[in-house]
Amino acid sequence: MNVMLLAWSITTAQVILGLAIGCAFWRLVKGPRAQDRVLGFDTLYVNVMLVVLTLGVQTGRMLYYEAALIIALLGFAATVAFAKFLMRGEVIE
Amino acid sequence: MIQAPDLPVWAALIVAILLLCGAIITLIGSIGLLRLPAFQHRMHAPTLGSTLGTGSILIGSMVCFSVLHSRLMIHELLIALFLTLTTPVGFMLLARAALYRSRVDAGSTPAQAPIGKGPLEGDPTALPP
Repeated sequence: MNVMLLAWSITTAQVILGLAIGCAFWRLVKGPRAQDRVLGFDTLYVNVMLVVLTLGVQTGRMLYYEAALIIALLGFAATVAFAKFLMRGEVIE
Repeated sequence: MIQAPDLPVWAALIVAILLLCGAIITLIGSIGLLRLPAFQHRMHAPTLGSTLGTGSILIGSMVCFSVLHSRLMIHELLIALFLTLTTPVGFMLLARAALYRSRVDAGSTPAQAPIGKGPLEGDPTALPP
């Protein structure tokens, strides 16, 4: 019983996070200006990282935790690079 | 894909509630990103997902792995610490870039004023003698 409860909860959480990814992706596509698109991208990678974490809970493996850590690291670097590009027109001065 | 680790009932209940709460809070933040009218309004919404939603899902994952391996496993604290440190930095840089871009669009640009009217490239009559 508890396995079924946990399994359905994890699947429901993944579906809800998929809807959140859809919202962020819609903002990434539609966004009226470039900073809106960067904001949508930031939200998108946080949501994808959360989906990877729920996959880790679902399978019980440590592998997904490291994938989530790498997604968080590279997403932050990408956001900072995009913000620098919007500010200055170049990334590395 | 119906699959889950075999946890005792209390741990399964805690993990399920924490995961669902985190997912719903993240969805609320993303809907706010989609629906709010202006960029400065939109900037507030996704931080809900990156603080409270991520915190709930990480605590659920910590409880799950601690019960599975029957010892304390808190390596998810690394992700929580990293996101807590990096989200304000990235959003602050983005807010400054957005402010700069809206000033450039409004015409009172601080970057173009010295180029057009400054003493280096302006008309020579504006130069001091």
